[in-house]
Amino acid sequence: MSGLQRAGRWIGEHLVLAAGLLVLVYMFVPIAVVMLMSFNDNSESRNVYAFRDFTWSNWANPCRPDGMCEAVVRSIEIGLLATLVATLLGSLAAFALVRHDFIGRSVANTVIFLPMASPEIVMGSSLLALFVAGGFGGRLGFVTIFIAHVMFCLSFVIVTVKARLSGLDQNLEQAAMDLYASEWTTFWRVTFPLVFPGVAAAALLSFSLSFDDFIITNLNAGQSVTFPMFVWGVAQRGIPMQVNVVGTVMFLISLFLVVGNMLVTRKKVAA
Amino acid sequence: MSLAADSAAHRASDRSQGEGRSLRLTALTKEFATFTAVRSLDLEVPAGTFFALLGPSGCGKTTTLRMVAGLDTPTSGTIHLGDDEITYEKPYRRPVNTVFQNYALFPHLDIHENVAFGLRRRKVKDVDQQVQEMLSLVELEAQARKKPPQMSGGQQQRVALARALINRPEVLLLDEPLGALDLKLRRGMQIELKRIQTEVGLTFVHVTHDQEEAMTMADTIAVMNSGVIEQMGSPAELYENPRTTFVANFLGQSNLIAGAVSSTVSSTDGDVVRVDMHGTQVSIPADRAHVRAGDGWVGIRPEKVLIEPLGEPLDAPGNHLTGGVITDVSFVGVSTQYLVMMPWGQELMSFEQNTGRRPVLATGTKVDVSWRPEFAFLLPASQDVNAGVVEES
Repeated sequence: MSGLQRAGRWIGEHLVLAAGLLVLVYMFVPIAVVMLMSFNDNSESRNVYAFRDFTWSNWANPCRPDGMCEAVVRSIEIGLLATLVATLLGSLAAFALVRHDFIGRSVANTVIFLPMASPEIVMGSSLLALFVAGGFGGRLGFVTIFIAHVMFCLSFVIVTVKARLSGLDQNLEQAAMDLYASEWTTFWRVTFPLVFPGVAAAALLSFSLSFDDFIITNLNAGQSVTFPMFVWGVAQRGIPMQVNVVGTVMFLISLFLVVGNMLVTRKKVAA
Repeated sequence: MSLAADSAAHRASDRSQGEGRSLRLTALTKEFATFTAVRSLDLEVPAGTFFALLGPSGCGKTTTLRMVAGLDTPTSGTIHLGDDEITYEKPYRRPVNTVFQNYALFPHLDIHENVAFGLRRRKVKDVDQQVQEMLSLVELEAQARKKPPQMSGGQQQRVALARALINRPEVLLLDEPLGALDLKLRRGMQIELKRIQTEVGLTFVHVTHDQEEAMTMADTIAVMNSGVIEQMGSPAELYENPRTTFVANFLGQSNLIAGAVSSTVSSTDGDVVRVDMHGTQVSIPADRAHVRAGDGWVGIRPEKVLIEPLGEPLDAPGNHLTGGVITDVSFVGVSTQYLVMMPWGQELMSFEQNTGRRPVLATGTKVDVSWRPEFAFLLPASQDVNAGVVEES
């Protein structure tokens, strides 16, 4: 009797843990497969999804597939540039929307969400129509992709920075001014350090959105090929194992950023 | 208190004594889109005093403070520090510092850097030394490397005070700085604040809605209501001789009884105004009668109202009322608070110290009521009898 109760309690106590572990496994199995496949030697095989032999060669020669590294570089370039511009413009817009009362502010606050809410295929095709109508039809490429990416990143940046900014107590800035800090000093000593986590989060989000985007990019790319477009293209013939190398590196970079952020935050709290 | 703290306090007081300047507001007005927060306010705060702006929320006291700090721009009027006009000066160019209501400590800086903020902006030397002295004045030297969110409300309050005080402003503004603390801590901080003010000798302007807090700490209180100052004076002056029903009700409690002035009598002790109050003649010293003819409100503080069971002797040289019945008794330890229904249908409050002279009277007891004429005051009947009544919570 008591043994049964004890068993019941043991199950009760460990069920949540078990469920949690299962969810984690579910989330991480695809990533584990990607990592594993980056060490797969399938040069003899036509079936890319079978692990045959362990090899370092994919890591040693990541650029062997034609055009892949060019695509990766292009994606990173577009990602960095779009992130920079979107974060800058978006942060300024967020300040305007939170700090200044102007006619149409509430309308603007709603309209901000539209690019996030509308289907990518609609955004992509209407952008294409716009570019063609504007006479860029023959010159689609790096610039048009960059413009498109800034556009869809902006909403996310504005929303993220706005959230951080509206949580910021304006008394803090007034306190700084009261304590002999000019407007400029107040911004750099108080406002910016406090809003920075929001800006950083927005920048990271922008980069991954841009790096990841396929639909809008594909419609507006012309002859340019980004990394997602490359993967899509080669997928029909068989994905080269080096794609998994890129995937693993991207995952490790994200992991590094997340853990680093966690450590910095914890150190700040402990200090 | 430590030696270091002593020297910090001394340095601050030397400075203020050398160049103490009074704060002067002239016809200061602040209009917002839908209402006027402050109406043509005239006020002079002498250097080195503890001045309280007292009033209910929305009376314009915080707006006044913010205009002095430079955080709000007046619609009209001027603000002077000594002979210098600072009406439109930027907040960071005024020798004025503020302790904010929610403290507004910088969450990304530790306590040491919070306190050092003002000094660093002014490029002052030996910042660390001064910060340590100031932190020991508020007894927080051991917490210098903590971040504000890790501290209790009372500690944050003291950091906010240290952060403002370290700049040795000519005027220190306190915006309800004790509002967020619990009652016990608040009492302690009131005494602490008053002690620090006496030590450093700076001008403190303290905004509060808590009349007890204002009376405990301030040398001078200005009672504010709907953007104007109702009355200004020492706590005792305001309490003993209020000039409006608002002050009578907001600062402590008052019995206000309708009456009509019948005559003014001259005597050797000064003029006395005779008032007919529901058929009883009462007298009020002329300097406490703020109306000389027609109708008025006879005011008397509850602790000045004496009651005795019918027929017992009463200390009453002049004002003696009969026919009261006790309708409510609340025993509050040090005193007993009675409500006495008078023949004209008004309940009067009477607070009696529990000296043990006689047992607490029971509800329903018939009593006589009296007070000494020199404690009564007379207010114009045109004023709202319920103005400034504080709802007990």
